[in-house]
Amino acid sequence: MNRRDFIKIGGLGLGGLAMANPIFDWATGAVLTEADLQQTFNKIPTYCEVCFWKCAGWAHLNEKGDIWKLTGNDNDPHCNGRLCPRGTGGVGMYYDDDRLKTPLIRTGERGSQSFREATWDEAFDYIAEKMQKIAEEYGPECMALFSHGSGGKHFGRMLKAFGSPNITAPSYAQCRGPREVAFFATYGEGIGSPERVDIRDTDCLVLIGSHIGENMHNGQVQEMSDAIDKGATIITVDPRFSTAASKSKYWLPIKPSTDMALLLSWIHVIIKEEWYDKKYVDKYAFGFEELKTHVKDFTPEWAYGITTIKPNVIRKTAKEMANASPSVIVHPGRHVTWYGDDTQRLRAVSILNALLGSWGRRGGFYNPEKYKVAKLKLPKYPKPNKSWRDAFPDQYKLAGLALASGICDATIPTDERDCSFKGWIVNGTNLISTLPNPKNTLEAIQNLDLMVVIDTMPMEITGWADVVLPECTYLERYDNLRVSAHREPTIALRAPAIEQKYNTKSAWWMAKELSNKLNLKDYFPFETEEEELDWQLKQIGSSLKEMNKIGVKKFDRKFDDLYPLENLEEYEFNTNTGKIELYSTAMEDEGYDPLPKYTAHDEPPDGFYRLIYGRAPMHTFSRTANNPNLTDLMDENDVWINPKVAKEWGLKNNQEIWLENQDGVISSFPIKVRVTERIRWDSVYMVHGFGHTNKNLSRAHGKGASDAELITKTKIDPIMGGTGMRVNFVTFHTELPTQGGA
Amino acid sequence: MRYAMAIDTKKCVGCSDCVVACQTENNVPIGYCRDWVVEATSGTYPDLSMELRSERCNHCTNAPCVRCCPTEASHIVEGGIVLVDPDQCIGCKACIASCPYDARFVHPEGYVDKCTFCIHKVEKGEDPACVEVCPTKCMYFGDTDDPNSDISKLLKKRKWKTLIPEAGTEPNIYYLI
Amino acid sequence: MIEELIISGRMNPEIDPHLHAWPWYVPTDLFLAALVAGILIFSAFLTLHGRENEFPAAVKRAPILAPFLLGIALLLLFLDLSHKLYFWQLYTNIRWTSPLSWGAWTYLFLTPLAFIWAAIHIKTAFPNWTWPYKWIDTFIESLKGYRIWFAWAILGLSLTLGMYTGILLSAFNARPIWNSAIIGPLFLTSGLTSATAFILLNCPKGSNEKKLFCTVSLISLGVQTFLMIHLVMGYLSSDLAQVKAADLFLGGEFTTLFWILIVALGTLIPAYLHILYLKNIKIPVIVPSILIILGGFFLRYILVEAGQISHW
Repeated sequence: MNRRDFIKIGGLGLGGLAMANPIFDWATGAVLTEADLQQTFNKIPTYCEVCFWKCAGWAHLNEKGDIWKLTGNDNDPHCNGRLCPRGTGGVGMYYDDDRLKTPLIRTGERGSQSFREATWDEAFDYIAEKMQKIAEEYGPECMALFSHGSGGKHFGRMLKAFGSPNITAPSYAQCRGPREVAFFATYGEGIGSPERVDIRDTDCLVLIGSHIGENMHNGQVQEMSDAIDKGATIITVDPRFSTAASKSKYWLPIKPSTDMALLLSWIHVIIKEEWYDKKYVDKYAFGFEELKTHVKDFTPEWAYGITTIKPNVIRKTAKEMANASPSVIVHPGRHVTWYGDDTQRLRAVSILNALLGSWGRRGGFYNPEKYKVAKLKLPKYPKPNKSWRDAFPDQYKLAGLALASGICDATIPTDERDCSFKGWIVNGTNLISTLPNPKNTLEAIQNLDLMVVIDTMPMEITGWADVVLPECTYLERYDNLRVSAHREPTIALRAPAIEQKYNTKSAWWMAKELSNKLNLKDYFPFETEEEELDWQLKQIGSSLKEMNKIGVKKFDRKFDDLYPLENLEEYEFNTNTGKIELYSTAMEDEGYDPLPKYTAHDEPPDGFYRLIYGRAPMHTFSRTANNPNLTDLMDENDVWINPKVAKEWGLKNNQEIWLENQDGVISSFPIKVRVTERIRWDSVYMVHGFGHTNKNLSRAHGKGASDAELITKTKIDPIMGGTGMRVNFVTFHTELPTQGGA
Repeated sequence: MRYAMAIDTKKCVGCSDCVVACQTENNVPIGYCRDWVVEATSGTYPDLSMELRSERCNHCTNAPCVRCCPTEASHIVEGGIVLVDPDQCIGCKACIASCPYDARFVHPEGYVDKCTFCIHKVEKGEDPACVEVCPTKCMYFGDTDDPNSDISKLLKKRKWKTLIPEAGTEPNIYYLI
Repeated sequence: MIEELIISGRMNPEIDPHLHAWPWYVPTDLFLAALVAGILIFSAFLTLHGRENEFPAAVKRAPILAPFLLGIALLLLFLDLSHKLYFWQLYTNIRWTSPLSWGAWTYLFLTPLAFIWAAIHIKTAFPNWTWPYKWIDTFIESLKGYRIWFAWAILGLSLTLGMYTGILLSAFNARPIWNSAIIGPLFLTSGLTSATAFILLNCPKGSNEKKLFCTVSLISLGVQTFLMIHLVMGYLSSDLAQVKAADLFLGGEFTTLFWILIVALGTLIPAYLHILYLKNIKIPVIVPSILIILGGFFLRYILVEAGQISHW
């Protein structure tokens, strides 16, 4: 309360002071001084769990011992002392009254939302019994874990001990998978998180559909700002005038789904004009001649016809990149599962970067280093006999991680498959919203013998659980150390700032207790998280005590190789040829195109518009939609419609409309129209994560529309199984139509 | 001494972190805010430009809110910071009506509330919470009377504007354009 | 296309989506204050000119209600405060730059005077009136001797109060609709017009006073109309914000209300009825009087509402 700035005690008499002045402490009769009130009573280290960036910071307590505010840790390279709005608003996760408060066991049909309150013991017994039954009847491999966030580590440990390798996160096949596979094919290394892009030192940043600033990937947003300060050129390719586009020297308002043509044309120009880094390509690249031949026809004029980007703009932007080379980043993006040929598109991105010599160079892609933390001494995990891959013979051969969508599909029994998944443990990911085509997800769930959901909030997915376990928020628990790869290796501690609210528990505790019930005690050898962390920290010469004080510990790099190719040093890449594979032998070996090709994608039929979705800086997916601090900033999404289209349909700003997609699926709730020049006439745009159907979300229920429910169609990436989701088209209804009628 | 803020519209991404940070730092109740972010787009697709601005009380040198306050609850302190003393405020809302920036509101407890430039932090030599948190570092706080302050140098070097200068309030939030 | 929006979800109550800090209390307060000021100005003015007996309705009858109307006005002002327990702070300061401050002081001094003025005249208005205690009667009789002094004080304070009702608004540079020096004189004039209507309601049938006040009312309406035209012309010849603001009356949100309630019902029709009356056509005086009084109220109501919507 800022009243404290104005205490003027005794000035005016009339006795009004004690009456309404919070400064007067009734209990002690003392009048607190300004210094008393301004003192930060305590701060506890944590790292943020609102998104995957995991910024380290401090939870500050007020005089009552409640959480007052969250701030960034100055020593943390993820955030440099500045949390993003979601991190700052993370307090709302703790204070949200709608939180899950006690374990629940289903009483009615699945999805009927009828539960009874249960004790932890009851809940664990229920789960353990079902898990053991699944193991006996089908094998432990028929259990799967879906997770997003820190809890996944603990439940993952439990599941591996149980005998299942099927641990997945939608962040792979629904998000960044194609980029990892593509860069791995080219450089023998993936991009990782936080992305290894040296934005702060770059002279030219090329963003292709990547809306930095709207996606609030903290360190990257900060570095983009630094780059703007230093006068870097930004080139943004986006059918939408994104925030990043508004900061760009060049905005290329591309026709959606044609990015590949633009990339191939850029490659064409850079090779034809000989603007590529010759020494770098000569020394490190494999397959340059094949590439040269492959792109010879992809002229800017050819691309113009496809992308609507003028040939001179393509040439000019290619020249800008070449001028900045090697201090240039053609950003690989993060959510890249768009059209089903995403691995190939990201291959084109990786090739373009190779031609510009940016990999391993200052201002391009740096070489991150991770600190090696001592592993816990655990018994060997049993060797599984089968995995999710068996459900997809000869498919997605380059998938590096388990596919969330794949496991979901493999849960629905088919005649060909002899074993389907029987049990799911879902932690911190609202699969109804994260996986495309919710209907399919629900069908899978209906075929399960066991469905456990662990979350802090009631979400759509919790309604479908057999057992709901209420997790405490990150502010109330320890978790594994954050060990992240960055320019400098760091570790960060998350310690509980406050007691666990309601009857909630940490994922670590749940996994341990459940492991006990499953006779897997030995995999959780420590009694408490403190002991486990302290042991681990002592192995590396630190301690829980030290980490509680500093929050983040920085280490020196083992090798001075942040930019390993800066001066054309000798280097062997982790590829078949030991070189940067412009021509991918690994892809060729598996029967995929070794060089990326342009394929035309479906276009919206008359009266339909391509559904483009994205992020708002104040929210993380659907998980923050009920956070009181963040709904205060944005409590619903709207659908962006070009004024020309709005005029044609007679739509006005803030008018509520329903969206219907190409398959006749209508949004559960209406969404407000935003008439704006910021979107192309052939597309509409909405922020992902709204339109919640769970009534227990008092702030989020029925606010805005869900893009996920309109994404009923996907184009699967044959290389790694990513689900291309930008292939859906929607039309408008000013009144709620009867379901099914277009 | 003349405290002022300069906000670089070229760097601001409109994330609204300044708003949440202010709310938590100052215990501003949910549903109220002392600062906010404006997005202004002009042009026709694809010839567009956009400006993002974090806005708040302008701590005007010629503050109409202070002039029209019947009780001296609205007052100016050292450094030109405009403050409201809740114990002197009667809630007549004249200051609210007098502010061309709509920067004031009635706190649920009845008195009028607004941005204080986080004077409790500034007194300790810290930056206001919004400035401190901004991920793009697009906000600068300092003394414009001191020609050697970062903000003075920035205002010398860059093009800037203020909001509604025609209202004659002499605002002290500068927008770098 | 220019699109400007607050993207951080600001929804401060009474501020967003547009300012609405002052509900009906405030225009009603302003109206009542101006009406009372008008009544007291006429009463005091005629007293000072020694014409109390020629104008019994204006000098003696109409002011009886004045203190009560003033009380209601003060109550409304109090009700509008959001930090009510601290209202006394109004009287620990005198702030000349704040119309509300000197307005509050004016209220403070005028209210007791208005009560005394009413007490002095109550026996004329109600011949059967008796005070419960003899000493009150004696006291009030003794005050009658200072009538002229009271009249001077009341005249000065009432003029201040009448002007205050307008200056309160016109001091706000931030609201283009209010930002006009005409509003002070306009509200004072409108207060006088309303007072004439109120006095007419108190005039005996067919009295000379009634005829005379009908003429005064007509003149006052004329001056008021002139000031209103002046106001709108002022908007139109000013900067873009004011031009846009004027649009609220000339095609925008308040057009119908403005033209029907203020121009037609509040000015033209009663003026026409007054003219008919002066031409000796029988018109029940209650009709134009009520129309004028309502017109006076709506003038403030609409200006306060529109002013809050108008912005730079």
